[in-house]
Amino acid sequence: MLVLGIESSCDETGAAIVKDGRYVLANVVASQTEIHERYGGVVPEVASRQQLAAALPVIETALQQAHCGWEEIDAIAATYGPGLAGSLLVGLTVGKTLALARDLPFLGVNHLEAHIYANWLRQSLDSDPQAGAAEKETERAYLPGDPLFPLVCLIVSGAHSELVLMRDHADYLLLGRTRDDAAGEAFDKVARILGLGYPGGPAIQQAARLAEEELRQQSLPARNPYRLPRAWLRGTYDFSFSGLKTAMLHLAEGLVADQQSGRPLPSGGRQISRYTTMGSEAARRGQIHIGLLAASFQEAIVDVLAVKTRMAAQEYHVRQVLLAGGVAANVALRARLEEELAPLSIQLQYPPIEFCTDNAAMVAAAAFFHLLRGERHDLDLDVEPSLSLPFRQE
Amino acid sequence: MTGASQEEVSCSLDVISHSAAQTQRLGLRLGELLRGGELILLAGQLGTGKTTFTQGLAQGLGITEVVSSPTFTLLKEYRGQPRRGGAEQATHAKGLALYHFDLYRLEHPEEILDLGFEDYFANPTGVCVVEWADKAAALWSGEYLRVRLKLLSETKRALLFEAVGSYYCDLLQQFQKNTYAALGN
Repeated sequence: MLVLGIESSCDETGAAIVKDGRYVLANVVASQTEIHERYGGVVPEVASRQQLAAALPVIETALQQAHCGWEEIDAIAATYGPGLAGSLLVGLTVGKTLALARDLPFLGVNHLEAHIYANWLRQSLDSDPQAGAAEKETERAYLPGDPLFPLVCLIVSGAHSELVLMRDHADYLLLGRTRDDAAGEAFDKVARILGLGYPGGPAIQQAARLAEEELRQQSLPARNPYRLPRAWLRGTYDFSFSGLKTAMLHLAEGLVADQQSGRPLPSGGRQISRYTTMGSEAARRGQIHIGLLAASFQEAIVDVLAVKTRMAAQEYHVRQVLLAGGVAANVALRARLEEELAPLSIQLQYPPIEFCTDNAAMVAAAAFFHLLRGERHDLDLDVEPSLSLPFRQE
Repeated sequence: MTGASQEEVSCSLDVISHSAAQTQRLGLRLGELLRGGELILLAGQLGTGKTTFTQGLAQGLGITEVVSSPTFTLLKEYRGQPRRGGAEQATHAKGLALYHFDLYRLEHPEEILDLGFEDYFANPTGVCVVEWADKAAALWSGEYLRVRLKLLSETKRALLFEAVGSYYCDLLQQFQKNTYAALGN
């Protein structure tokens, strides 16, 4: 089954063609990161205007890359929530209109579900010997190499931090979620405090890595002199990152005050310059401090995410742990979680980086498993900016 | 001060909160007094407790869902729950909704107009709370209650309530009475 997926929930516009919910024939993303970089974040009106212009070209390009014509497409899927209303509306309207015009089944997809199903995606059809096999539709729900149920999935992005148990396809139990800031949001805000730019996740990861390398090279004390608190919220699987953000603010303010009054700074009295970017001369001089602050923040956030995910994996005796969402691209998070899971012999799986951030292939993947069960949406489906996963009550 | 504000502040109230829990309780006391259609503006830097205050306010409205930061999505909507013992709430049998805005990411005030945010303002079925309201200072021409939050120390915050217009002035006086009955001046 070939599904055309469309994604426009936030600042990207994507179209993808995916076979059987797994094999990516084409995945095109028109990114607006450069535009939003100028604003330090997503600007909704700019986003939806860009999306309107990008939607059709992106779909055309996806069809060309997949070498397939409209007659080969079996269904169309588009994200209908959660996200920015104006942005969602573009992709959903284009998707529904094409479905009507081409007389194809249509399915609206939950963006969070799509992030999870990014873990089913594989690069190419040619690399998989299973691809040509003509199985019955129902048997295609499970193939070798698919994630194994029951599983725990940690969804971490700019808007979400959720820990979810899945016992089967489309079966979600919410174990925990953020009570304030999302993990990706904390990365963005702390990057802004440290003057590291947008998007915050890659910027903090990069700054932390450089600083740690420099520590090793200069045989400075190998320990990070900065230590930030962790909110464990014991007895729950919920997260809280707002306090961490505030703690970083105080730490940075304190260091700037120390610097201004000439008091000695940790690790050799190097200068900190808070509101500059890593590339500037002033920051290069102060790099190690900003970098170590970034490392300390990353360590704190990763610590909590990894330990709580491991605890959930233990309690629910899962066979697999999945990462999903933009923050799943964070190398420190992957490494720390692998370390936590190794003694339990539970395998960690995460999508390739291009499927971690918003993309349309994951939308087509999630849609496939719904379409397999005969589900589809009427064309009066509306956007739902505050949509959550369809959690079961337990 | 935000340079653009021409408004008259008719009443104000200064409160010091010693903890996040207390900031949340202040929000709750205010939330309990709201009837729908109100506009509450929150101003203050990162980490001053704007979301914490809103979480309390949501509780006061009877909203049981987790209220998390709307920074990424700019707006989160929470459906209202009927409040206990609120006979005067008969017109809102479903309870009041909370429209929780966050302008943190906006650079140009006019962008907020393109978003259709006005559709929410003065909507009697819900209450609008706007974080980082000073990012669009020119927009707030009508009446509103503004809360300025300031960092005093790691745990202490100053909350300055400023009411513009007689409705909000009465609201603030009632809030003061309920919160600090003993201190009323």
